[in-house]
Amino acid sequence: MYTQGLHTPDSPGATGAGETPELDARFQERIDREDRIEPNDWMPAAYRKTLTRQIAQHAHSEIIGMLPEGNWITRAPSLRRKAILLAKVQDEAGHGLYLYAAAETLGKSREEMFDELLTSKAKYSSIFNYPTLTWADIGAIGWLVDGAAIMNQIPLCRCSYGPYARAMIRICKEESFHQRQGFEIMLTLCRGTPEQKAMAQDALDRWYWPCLMMFGPPDSDSTHSDQSTKWKIKRFSNDELRQKFVDALVPQAQYLGLTLPDPDLRFEETSEPSPGGAPAGHWRHGPIDWEEFRRILAGNGPCNRERIASRQRAHREGAWVREAAAAYAAKQAERKLAA
Amino acid sequence: MTPGQKTPNTPLWEVFIRSRNGLAHKHVGSLHAADATLALQAARDLYTRRGEGLSIWIVPSGAIIASDPADKGMMFEPTVSKVYRHPTFYDVPDEVGHM
Repeated sequence: MYTQGLHTPDSPGATGAGETPELDARFQERIDREDRIEPNDWMPAAYRKTLTRQIAQHAHSEIIGMLPEGNWITRAPSLRRKAILLAKVQDEAGHGLYLYAAAETLGKSREEMFDELLTSKAKYSSIFNYPTLTWADIGAIGWLVDGAAIMNQIPLCRCSYGPYARAMIRICKEESFHQRQGFEIMLTLCRGTPEQKAMAQDALDRWYWPCLMMFGPPDSDSTHSDQSTKWKIKRFSNDELRQKFVDALVPQAQYLGLTLPDPDLRFEETSEPSPGGAPAGHWRHGPIDWEEFRRILAGNGPCNRERIASRQRAHREGAWVREAAAAYAAKQAERKLAA
Repeated sequence: MTPGQKTPNTPLWEVFIRSRNGLAHKHVGSLHAADATLALQAARDLYTRRGEGLSIWIVPSGAIIASDPADKGMMFEPTVSKVYRHPTFYDVPDEVGHM
């Protein structure tokens, strides 16, 4: 999700030093038994590399994700909304830090990951390259973006890599407040003046399609999720998760009295048994503009440059704090030695 | 500091939190900080945003001595076979009642 299957896998046949078919087979047996892989356990080099990249991308997405929402902290419409938004943005920072810690257990330093983000060597979710133009966008982000994130993150709680799974459990617990507060903002706007409702509709119009893209390319294009599925990093395909999201979204939008900007959206009945006697089936969305998705991933979305420039500035302006803290720690350690 | 220039690595700390009186401190995660005071403050911000704890321990990660996963068999296997260490190993007649 926040990683969008952007991690081009290393050629499946590639083996690292000391890897033998026997070790690989034993590793796969552990995965198949639903054993959790822990940091010091043996793992194929490609498993380590795929996961390091995926977790780092996920962490970067949480950190960059603070920017579009941070944009509205000073202009939140009430003190209550402001306190909530502050708490939410603080959570995103926390999520980024849990994930960096998980990625570090695979052998990559925090500093190396920061540098890759700041120099645009590393990617983050396409969704954070869209601007937050009105207050309703904060509602739409919580409801849609966090809603989509939860859809993807819940199966990650059962990911084969222990530290990643544990970080995801913590994140999922905190994330449900995010989605609910977003929906509450939308509901308040929809029950408000016609102008407020129009503002909510406008935000939905702009965020709907980018949110569907968050799940990554369609399964028909995705040549490499097979290995991630085999390693139980990924439990559902991009299209499966996207379908779950749309199925959950449609009734919520109906409750709000908003229209999804998808003229081709239609209900397709299936023969699956349904508990409440309601017709069983799925809401099928219209075609997604994958050209836009590729453009954003290539760095040419509405806010790509601004996002990275903001992170670079924050990093630069915080340099003296890091240096002072390190100098103070070194001085104290010296004094302790001398005493 | 310009991007691309390596930031010096800050030390890693492990965080343990005791959630309620009467419970033990439990490992919750790790963080980076220049010294112990900053680590404690960061742990409070990072791991106790929702009333998770009443007490925090901070331990330098390097100070932890861990068992080697490769020794898992040697370390833990022998206990698996000693089923007589568990109360369920013993048959107590129903007439005796709860024991």
